[in-house]
Amino acid sequence: MRLASALCALALLGSACSDRQSESNRGVRHVVYWEKWTDFEGEAMARVVDSFNAKERQHAKSQPGYRPIEVELVTISNIDQKLLIACAGGNPPDLAGVYSYMIPGYADKGALSELTERAKLVGIDRSQYVGRYYDLATHRGKLWGLPTTPASAALHWNKRLFREAGLDPETPPETLEQLDEMAEKLTKWEVTLPSGEKQIEIGYLPAVPASQKRLLQVGFLPMEPSWWTYGWGFVFGGKLLDGDQITTASPENVQAYTWLASYSKKLGVDSVHRFQSGFGSFASAQNPFLSGQLAMEIQGVWMYNFIKKFADGMLWGAAPFPAPAAHPERRGTAIADTDALVIPTGSGHPEEAWLFIQYTQRQDVMEELCLGQRKHSPLAKVSEAFYAQHPHPYIRLFREMGASANAWSAPSTGVWGEYRRELQTAADQISNLTLTPTQALGQVQNRLQISYDRDQAIFVRRQR
Amino acid sequence: MSPLERRKLLTGLAFSSPWLIGLSVFLLYPLLAALYYSLCDYSVLLPPVFVGLDNYVELFQDRLFWKSLWNTTFFALGSVGLGTFMALTLAILLNSKVKGLTFYRTAFFLPSLMPLVAGSLLWFCMYSGQGGIINTLLGKIGITGPAWLSDPNWAKVAVIFMAVWGAGHSMVIFLAGLQDVPISLYEASIIDGASWFQRLRHVTIPMISPVIYFNVVMGIIGGFQAFAQALLMFGPTTAGPPEQSTLFYVLQLYNVGFMDLRMGYASAMAWVLFLIILGLTFLATRLSKRWVSYDR
Repeated sequence: MRLASALCALALLGSACSDRQSESNRGVRHVVYWEKWTDFEGEAMARVVDSFNAKERQHAKSQPGYRPIEVELVTISNIDQKLLIACAGGNPPDLAGVYSYMIPGYADKGALSELTERAKLVGIDRSQYVGRYYDLATHRGKLWGLPTTPASAALHWNKRLFREAGLDPETPPETLEQLDEMAEKLTKWEVTLPSGEKQIEIGYLPAVPASQKRLLQVGFLPMEPSWWTYGWGFVFGGKLLDGDQITTASPENVQAYTWLASYSKKLGVDSVHRFQSGFGSFASAQNPFLSGQLAMEIQGVWMYNFIKKFADGMLWGAAPFPAPAAHPERRGTAIADTDALVIPTGSGHPEEAWLFIQYTQRQDVMEELCLGQRKHSPLAKVSEAFYAQHPHPYIRLFREMGASANAWSAPSTGVWGEYRRELQTAADQISNLTLTPTQALGQVQNRLQISYDRDQAIFVRRQR
Repeated sequence: MSPLERRKLLTGLAFSSPWLIGLSVFLLYPLLAALYYSLCDYSVLLPPVFVGLDNYVELFQDRLFWKSLWNTTFFALGSVGLGTFMALTLAILLNSKVKGLTFYRTAFFLPSLMPLVAGSLLWFCMYSGQGGIINTLLGKIGITGPAWLSDPNWAKVAVIFMAVWGAGHSMVIFLAGLQDVPISLYEASIIDGASWFQRLRHVTIPMISPVIYFNVVMGIIGGFQAFAQALLMFGPTTAGPPEQSTLFYVLQLYNVGFMDLRMGYASAMAWVLFLIILGLTFLATRLSKRWVSYDR
């Protein structure tokens, strides 16, 4: 009995140590890399990892005694939560691919290794990047990661629907006023006449009761896609955070959400609800833009992949998002975001993880990765071959959108998650005409200022 | 204690140790740890800082705490009330001697076997405002159905209907209870001239009242922990759209703890939920003395 227990204990101990033993036996430095990508995006990064590992093995062959680095790519879903638990448990991966919005919260709470000095030592600086993407990996003036694949957004339009509505399919709107005008011409209803007969009508039809009309097609809906609804203020020159002040209820933001509400007033809240509830999930052929129910929408560089998959053959175009006619300089306002590689505090191999990050920042490697993921490069230098090989017909446009002064990103704060949820709710309330923009945005501002101040206080306390 | 008694005690403890260890490690420790963290400012990534009752004070002033509590109470009462009524009605119908009874029992039980994800997707399609089967059928009888998932007044109701659809488990428990009612009681009541409804009111319901009590308590416990339904039907956002009408208590707890890294506050929420469920169960137990009959 005692012998059996002792054997069990030894077996458990042995299995716990096996990783370390096998690592030293093989003479490799094993880097565990958690990444959220799957499918073709995951495969693109897997190729980069393989080429890095092959290079390391080659180097070890030519230099006896050199212990090569072996990066193990582990695909992790919900990385924002799992990384949190792993860091809290003191057992994080050596390297992680995160969403840039995670960086401020993690950095403030000491969960990430700072990379400022490391980058300086090897000559990596902001000038080598599209500035905004580099900035997204920084927080409070320090560098916490480096960008991998970025994303930006632009107006997408369906050329077939433009042609059917008598609009020039090659000319997208340049101002918001033009967008509103075109949207009306692209809105199609099925109207039930008193005789019971049904007929198709174009426009907003305010005189027809909601019970007698059914939306078939909409030109533009500010609430689609729903993930963008927190960003409309930027098109009108608004900000979400100014210094330490939450500025949700600024006049510019109120103006933006008043514009958003105008669509609910023109189309009718009930009609929009019914129409929206017929939409399928984003990644499906029932996506309203892919199914031809929505003629124009703002979407990211990734939309091309979904068009290819679910609506191959669709005639579409992408252009800078329109600006109010009074502010033509704001044309092309859109979100710019990036994924980033970070080294969690407690990483067993920070040096090796950093060498891998450095490798991914090489122009040829980054271009291979971005080409594989069908995105643009976050680096300042991009080869012509990259554009020539790229399957996305508007890849240069998205690159320009990300580099534009009008590109904006989530405010660099640990309370962004809560901010985004609150703005989503405010957008719901405004588009449902439950609250006025001033009321809804005022509520968000009051709540978030408290959260922001609390978050700052935690940071200050930690600094002490 | 004699050596024999001590040996017996040790043997007893050894045999019950898996349960004792499980209870201590997976229930008692998390419960007490959460209680401690609820008195701390704890962001998971930093050591907890003791703040006394601050989290609880803030909680009771938090609009979203009350909003999520209201949403959850509405859902729990709605799903338990309607679910119990439906399950009991079905069980009574399935307890009668009709042709094809096995088929009906299987058919009504099947939805409860449906995985939550698949069921949610199915209901998502059925709830479609335009072209969804529910509104199409309502349209056939001249009713314009609402936009179930986009209208804040209907979204919670939509989730309740989905929960009631899976009432097969309760139905089976009711059915077992119904089959346990002695036939002699029905025979006696028939001889006394009781109608079908009187037999239901004075024989069936009192005799299966312990089963009703069990289902109601389990339903309340489950209802207050609603989480996945809202996430699956209205995700990927966890804001509880439309207009926070599906922001259930546990969803808000998840937001605060795992999205906003405020685990101390989330622990306080968890403890308040624990006390609410404990209180409701206690209340149901107290009330049960008045209407639950264990006579046989």
